[in-house]
Amino acid sequence: MRLAHQRQYPLKPIRRLRSLGLVPVVLTGIALTGCASLDLGDVFEIAQKSAPAVQKSFEDITPEQEYYIGRAVGATILGQYSPYTEPEPTEYLNLLGRTLAFASDRPETFGGYHFLILDSEEINAFAAPGGLIFISRGLLACADSEDRVAAILAHEIAHVVEQHGLQAIKKSRVTSALTSVAIASAQTAGSDELAKLTTVFEDSIGDITSTLVNSGYSRAFEKEADLMAVEILKRVGYDPNALVRMLEVMETRLEPGGPDFAKTHPEPKVRIAEIRKVLAEAPAPPVQAERQARYQAALGNL
Amino acid sequence: MRVKCLLIIAAVLLLSAGLAFGQSVKQMSVTVKETQVRATPSYMGKILAVLVYGERVDVLAEQRGWARVRLDSGEGWVHLSALTTKRIVLQSGSRDVGSGASSGEVALAGKGFNQEVEDKYKKDNNLDYTWVDRMGAFAVTPEQVLAFLEQGGLNTEIGGAQ
Repeated sequence: MRLAHQRQYPLKPIRRLRSLGLVPVVLTGIALTGCASLDLGDVFEIAQKSAPAVQKSFEDITPEQEYYIGRAVGATILGQYSPYTEPEPTEYLNLLGRTLAFASDRPETFGGYHFLILDSEEINAFAAPGGLIFISRGLLACADSEDRVAAILAHEIAHVVEQHGLQAIKKSRVTSALTSVAIASAQTAGSDELAKLTTVFEDSIGDITSTLVNSGYSRAFEKEADLMAVEILKRVGYDPNALVRMLEVMETRLEPGGPDFAKTHPEPKVRIAEIRKVLAEAPAPPVQAERQARYQAALGNL
Repeated sequence: MRVKCLLIIAAVLLLSAGLAFGQSVKQMSVTVKETQVRATPSYMGKILAVLVYGERVDVLAEQRGWARVRLDSGEGWVHLSALTTKRIVLQSGSRDVGSGASSGEVALAGKGFNQEVEDKYKKDNNLDYTWVDRMGAFAVTPEQVLAFLEQGGLNTEIGGAQ
């Protein structure tokens, strides 16, 4: 599946290569068949249009910087929520999440994908840039199978793949972080520069966390994450309709005006309608006994 | 008209040759902390070598998300999400930094948001990174993933270029 808006690396180099690879073929074709209507100017114009434009944006934030941004977002979230520290559910969630991430379009990030349960009854989840993913006990309680937990995690992984968090940073900050202020190491950084850069960093983290916790992503981003989650579920062999079933349960449990998904996400029925446009309704596949047993053992008593 | 056509064909051939040459020497850099080189284009493939941040590799071919790279002894596969076409410069004093930084072809490791910024941010905001550090240490091996997929009756070919 190719979504309209795709994350830019690592696919960008692939696409760039592909487009470069096509240039000679296309141009040869034009040259051999279309001489009567083309001149050199046209040829070079076509070649130029194939070249990628250079501009400073969230895509220029390196995976290394994304990693530090994600850690700060994670620390901020953990300033508001306590972690649920039982090892068995946490290990299961990391095994399941890592499996899903392997099947995504971006299996590798600078620091990798890691998952933590938040000890909260809220129905909530946060994906920090770079792959630190937080899921509340309240959201996990909406699931009753591994497939449905996989649906939640796949949606959050999709936010990381698509770099939705980085896109919440105001453009002016990205520009100042990437161009005007550049420090490389303790040897070269003056304290003024470090202070300036830390302010930009702090404001960027503020942009992301206020989006994650208060305003939520755009409906378009949520749709994109839902559709990519469906694709990941299919690749791994989970029931792609598990996401719809999760949303149906959330529909009954989310309270209007609540501090959680009720505030930051489109209504479940709106999301279901979008998913239904690409995914036909299908009966749930038969329960696979071992899958259900390990789900119950790890998360059944959460 | 005939002269114009010949000119166009000549230009196209030159352009093709140039692009083909450019591709044959393509190099990429590791853009994650650490990545594995595998015997096959799959996360289930045998690990042949480990590459760390900033290492450069010759990319011989690409296949559905994977790059075939040259090793000291033989060849292997690295997932493209772990690579960038930019040259990553680990030393701030390197000449590459000055000459290439503006072209967007060079990424200076440790530039911008880095460990120092994190340290200052953590201190200024009195933040506790204990669980962020613990999370980062949660490790899952490909063997565990494979066993998890098999036990769950799931697709064991995930993340592969097959």
